[in-house]
Amino acid sequence: MSRHTAGPGLANLEVLDATLRDLARSDPAIRVLTADSRVSGRLGPFAREFPDRVVELGIAEQNLVGVAAGLASCGMKPFVVSPACFLTARALEQIKVDVGYSGNAVRLVGISAGISYGALGASHHSIADFAALRAIPGIPVVAPADNCEAEAAIRLAAATDGPLYVRLGKRALACVHESGPVAIERATRLRTGDDIGIIATGETVGIALGAATALALGGVETTVVSMPMVRPLDTATLFDVARRVRGLVVTEEHSVHGGLGEACAAVLMTEGIPVRFRALGIPDEPIVNGPQLDVLAHYGIGTDQLAALARGLLDRNPPRSSVL
Amino acid sequence: MTTGDGVRADVGLAVRAAEYRLDVLDLIRSAGGGHTAGSLSFVDILTVLYERVLRISPETLRHPERDRYVQSKGHAVEALYVVLAGAGLLDRALLDTYLRFGTKLVGHATSSVPGIEQSTGALGHGLSIGVGMAIAGRQNGFRYRVFVLLGDGELAEGSVWEAAMSAAHHGLGNLVAIVDRNRQQIAGPTAEIMNSEPLAEKFAAFGWTVHEIDGHDLVQIERTLSSAPAVPGRPTVVLADTVKGSGISFMEHDIRWHHRVPDDEEYAIARRDVENRVAELRSRA
Repeated sequence: MSRHTAGPGLANLEVLDATLRDLARSDPAIRVLTADSRVSGRLGPFAREFPDRVVELGIAEQNLVGVAAGLASCGMKPFVVSPACFLTARALEQIKVDVGYSGNAVRLVGISAGISYGALGASHHSIADFAALRAIPGIPVVAPADNCEAEAAIRLAAATDGPLYVRLGKRALACVHESGPVAIERATRLRTGDDIGIIATGETVGIALGAATALALGGVETTVVSMPMVRPLDTATLFDVARRVRGLVVTEEHSVHGGLGEACAAVLMTEGIPVRFRALGIPDEPIVNGPQLDVLAHYGIGTDQLAALARGLLDRNPPRSSVL
Repeated sequence: MTTGDGVRADVGLAVRAAEYRLDVLDLIRSAGGGHTAGSLSFVDILTVLYERVLRISPETLRHPERDRYVQSKGHAVEALYVVLAGAGLLDRALLDTYLRFGTKLVGHATSSVPGIEQSTGALGHGLSIGVGMAIAGRQNGFRYRVFVLLGDGELAEGSVWEAAMSAAHHGLGNLVAIVDRNRQQIAGPTAEIMNSEPLAEKFAAFGWTVHEIDGHDLVQIERTLSSAPAVPGRPTVVLADTVKGSGISFMEHDIRWHHRVPDDEEYAIARRDVENRVAELRSRA
């Protein structure tokens, strides 16, 4: 049951420790594997309560994932916690072979994901992780929008007898859900309106809600969907929203290549649903540096920018997207 | 002959190890492809492992306390298929499907085959998986051992050394790495492509107990693997000196046989080599 309430909350990665401690009290198979990441993962309380259940592997992400695969093959439930940028790129072959191909139930938790690290630069951004992991058979991809979804995602990972990737950011987030518990495997309509649909995932959901508020002031009614499961897609909700609205925006803290936007576009075209559509992510160019929200706004993922894009979609001749 | 530790030369074992070489060639010829010489270099090690060392049987393939064998050099899978079939752990009929469309028996080790623990083939992965299995064994209070076979060319992968460091750091006395040190890789001698020596000193410096053996001496292999780990709380590495293409006269030390498939004439020579070896073994007995 969710303990999270409305108002300013924690960073999603801060939900990890308490949730894992709660799970570990009743599940002796839970293990936490770190690559010198117990501090950045705020896992101190877990390590103090369950010192024998933390496996430290040092700064060696390939070994980290391989060891987790070995543990999983012996019935353990390993949660691998490491910055998303390193975990999903440095160890991608281990994820492909030792986790996906071998079918080992490794729970991959990418922390400080997307452009959480902001001005630290592109080495520390993970904006290709959806693309990389979506293309590996058998690994669901979850990007929680708030603390409720983060807790639900971690509980889903523990309950799933298979691998899963959870992507957690480090910015304190307000709750987007009015009350828990959250059905994390489905998309959730956070507000409804028939003019515009905004489908968002992860930390862009709060921005989408802000844009919807701004649009409402101008009389534009917006459906906002939180879609934490980047894979598999909740196509039923996607299709239903796409059929109701006059313009649809899909936004994510990820490259425009291979993320939620492209995934939605592909299934909408296959289904033959005609809707004015924009995929809004990080464009294919060297990324600007700065604080996370400033970088996102620079690329149009900000309350005002997103509202303007949506209004443009409702025009008779909407402007062509600059990114797709 | 029986030695003090109960390990004795066994003609039957040696004959089977010799004949597995022909089974490997049969398999590779049946599909027109495979890793020929690299399978022959460690078939003796594999024979001893499955017949004398590993605590595993057809009834205990999924038992949580079974010994584990992870073949990190997943490409030399033909030897594994043949020895698994010989040990009754793999349905021999499956061998006819090797490399065919839709087969389970692909050209690298895959865990969808009963008896094969983990999918490998991308080099440098197996030792990490073995570390995880060894940690799990210790934490579960199980006494199983984990054996990981690596190629010496594979040791150029940095992830091997990440795993080696972590195995010593975690004091994994239940982990045994075996290096099939045939000193050859696909493009030439390992010393020329990327020299990994001195391996004994490197593993010792990483905190491992090191054994160096003749990887074709069945008694030495059994004695070393059966007694591992020699030092509790320390992982063991067995550097097994082997010959790529071992047992087939014209393949030994010839780098071209990494991938080549013997034609009828070559196969006839190979068959004669094996038959001569078997006759020699039997005459000695």
